[in-house]
Amino acid sequence: MKLKINGQDRDIEDLDQKTPLLWALRDELGLVGTKYGCGVSQCGACTVLVNNVPVKSCTMPVGGLTDAEITTIEGLAGEGGELNPVQQAWVDLDVAQCGYCQSGQVMAAEGLLRSNPNPTDDEIDQALAANICRCGTYIRIRQAVKQAAGRMVAGE
Amino acid sequence: MSTLDYSDLSTVVDEVLAGQAEASRRNRTPQIVKLDRRQFLKATGAVGGGLMLGFATPVAFAKTAALQPNGYVRIDETGVVIYAKNPEIGQGVKTSLPMLVAEELDVAWHDVTVVQSPIDQVRYGMQFAGGSTAIPMNYEALRRAGATARAMLVQAAAKRWGLPADSLSTQDGVVRHANGTESATYLELASEAASMPVPSSASLKLKDPANFQILGKRVTGVDNEALMRGEPLFGIDQVVPGMKYAVYQKCPAIGGKVVAANLEEIKARPGVQDAFVLEGNGNAMDLLPGVAIIADSTWQAFEAKKALRVEWDEGEASEDSWSNAEQQADSLRNEPGTEIANTGDVEAAFAGSAKQVSGFYRYAFVSHGQLEPQNCTASFSDGKLELWAPTQMPGRGIASAAQIVGISPANVTLHQLRCGGGFGRRLYNDFLCEAAAIAKRAGVPIKLQWTREDDMAYDLYRAGGFHQMHGSVDDDGKISGWRDRFITFTHDGRRPVSGGGMSGGVFPGGLVENVRIEQTAIPWKNRCAAWRAPGSNVFAFVVGSFVHELAHAAGRDHLDVLLEVLGEPRQLGPRGMHTGRAAEVVKLAAEKADWGRALEQGRGLGVAFYYSHAGHIAEVADVSVNDNKQVKVNKVTVAADVGPIVNMSGAENQVQGSVIDGLSTLFNLSVTFEKGRVQQSNFDRYAMLRMPEAPPVDVHFVNSDYPPTGLGEPAFPPLAPAVCNAIFAACGQRVRTMPLTDAGYTLV
Repeated sequence: MKLKINGQDRDIEDLDQKTPLLWALRDELGLVGTKYGCGVSQCGACTVLVNNVPVKSCTMPVGGLTDAEITTIEGLAGEGGELNPVQQAWVDLDVAQCGYCQSGQVMAAEGLLRSNPNPTDDEIDQALAANICRCGTYIRIRQAVKQAAGRMVAGE
Repeated sequence: MSTLDYSDLSTVVDEVLAGQAEASRRNRTPQIVKLDRRQFLKATGAVGGGLMLGFATPVAFAKTAALQPNGYVRIDETGVVIYAKNPEIGQGVKTSLPMLVAEELDVAWHDVTVVQSPIDQVRYGMQFAGGSTAIPMNYEALRRAGATARAMLVQAAAKRWGLPADSLSTQDGVVRHANGTESATYLELASEAASMPVPSSASLKLKDPANFQILGKRVTGVDNEALMRGEPLFGIDQVVPGMKYAVYQKCPAIGGKVVAANLEEIKARPGVQDAFVLEGNGNAMDLLPGVAIIADSTWQAFEAKKALRVEWDEGEASEDSWSNAEQQADSLRNEPGTEIANTGDVEAAFAGSAKQVSGFYRYAFVSHGQLEPQNCTASFSDGKLELWAPTQMPGRGIASAAQIVGISPANVTLHQLRCGGGFGRRLYNDFLCEAAAIAKRAGVPIKLQWTREDDMAYDLYRAGGFHQMHGSVDDDGKISGWRDRFITFTHDGRRPVSGGGMSGGVFPGGLVENVRIEQTAIPWKNRCAAWRAPGSNVFAFVVGSFVHELAHAAGRDHLDVLLEVLGEPRQLGPRGMHTGRAAEVVKLAAEKADWGRALEQGRGLGVAFYYSHAGHIAEVADVSVNDNKQVKVNKVTVAADVGPIVNMSGAENQVQGSVIDGLSTLFNLSVTFEKGRVQQSNFDRYAMLRMPEAPPVDVHFVNSDYPPTGLGEPAFPPLAPAVCNAIFAACGQRVRTMPLTDAGYTLV
């Protein structure tokens, strides 16, 4: 089957259509930035964008995604490898502790900013409420989303 | 009685964790081992080219000799590499420990490449993540490691220029002569420095902290960018050639054995390569009996596991029941337990008191819930075992795995990988033992992957517990008597479970004249072990709340009573707190939170202090409570004295994270057991705090000159009592049950 991931057409042979996107990404395509946390859409560690909307890849069968544009954490940086504003804010504000949930947090934030470039604090909280951070880095995540939004609005 | 052995590993870990205060006072000199290039390549895992998994940054090797006076520094014409010795579990040591080396090396931080070190006890001493010990155990040793390399670079420059070494200075990786005519970079000097004699530790002069360029500053994590690019840093991300994917099903009631399983049916499933039974080694901390399935992908292995049907012999399996334990505790609290500590005469104090107060406190078991489920990649061939493991205790993992597969530890190579959270869970290497056993039997490299359901069902839990408290205040409103009748759990009928043992040193031991602590233990088979700030994470809730109960009974301000209990500034024993440092953080937190100010109805402030892991921490919670028992935490203010701060960014992050983790645990988290089985299976019934509930956390450090300690744990314990005291101040209700959801409260 064919999937369009980070702007590229990727072929996967002999894949059960029911396979969750998470495991297709990790085991078949080697895109391991998307993480397994719970397998039941509770923690958000597996968040990716499907047609610019954040989804939990752990419960999304690949079968329905043949026409979709899928974006993972590996697809956010620019062509020259430069980090995008969300990634850069996460680095600059030193958000991560263990870092395991952060690719899902970043994808949730990226999805929010693609549909709402200038979110309020409440909108940030609600958009990120689907993602758990056991280390408790929420305060810096919130700051990072605001910083990224500010830079994007300023056209940086 | 159980035939399972719980003793081996938990004892080792307990000793390590309990010994941390002692270890922190030992300033170990780093091993000065001169290595030739081949040895170094071997030791750092830089041989073999293609299989440098886990070492995200390839080390470029120059043609000329490299300066490598110890296991921490390597400088050649291509750059400066600093090795990070301990497992990174989110506590920030992959950044903070190399900062110590870089400071005394006198190199610009942005010129340093940090590489995770191999496991090598000779060169690095103990390598583990536990007890908030990395900073105290390594603070001086790693500075000396950097100073050693710096001294050799200065010697090389002195020789090159024919100038006295003491006329030369260093900064940002450059050696300069005082007159400004001569200068050379470390990279230029490295090969000459490599042939200089290694200076004695005594001859090294460490920097005056006033001149620090790196320590105490805000430094961002060395893996931040790699994390943002989704690079394979974690255990779960590892792939080795020819690898298959494994799952392992154990009995839902711990101690159960496999009688039969539908192995042929499983083997016929798509992608399944093999399925087999492992007997276990009789140690609950190593290898429990179960059924392994080997498949071509994680998903196929997970699906096969769902179809697996196992007949278990539960004759000796756990029948643990939380509801039974609660009933037992309800009766045990009325009987004296074994005396743990007894100073003064509590009964006389109670008899002569002005007021007496009783309260029965209880708290549930909790799971670690680290976000990366347990996993380990293992390859066994020709009598050698190679492991790629996210573990907090790699040395012990090597020993355990060697035993499991029947080889010498010398034939085990373990690559330590970033851990997606630890919190104590990965001090125990059961997942690693399983991977080793499965790889040996399967005959191919495997990645063992636990599901979240496995992770929650086979955790080593923080034990629940119960405290029947009784205390008194005298005519002056001073705390005069304190009795804690503690009911905990035991695996072996002799010792309390790890994290479930009290001592006379628990606050306010040594501070109140008449104190009695008694302990009773309920037999328990589900494994219990270290969980962020073991013991302290629950004792603080009880004792920090009960001090407030007594202050209220005396009609006094809690802050005044707390400071009175702390008394004159003094050190309480070699591992105990310093009451002066304690009082200072209590006063600082109160001042920053504007303690005593008028608040509207339904709003209150609560304060608590706790000393753990050599850290003195006070917290003030500001909460609002409505008639529906909905609690909004408006702000938490923290004052901490942990000695000098190594990385201000990391330190602040640890404290804020501990407070949020503390809130999550206080309000929401509980695992319960019936018929030996854990009742919660995933995050839908184990509701960790999410962003909308996360309050602002205001952090203040006292930058004291005392020996530094770590911050992975000590900011956690004071949160629960601070919030419960604030709830009381807000609405007059004393909550003695954790999690608070069990008492009808919700965090909003």
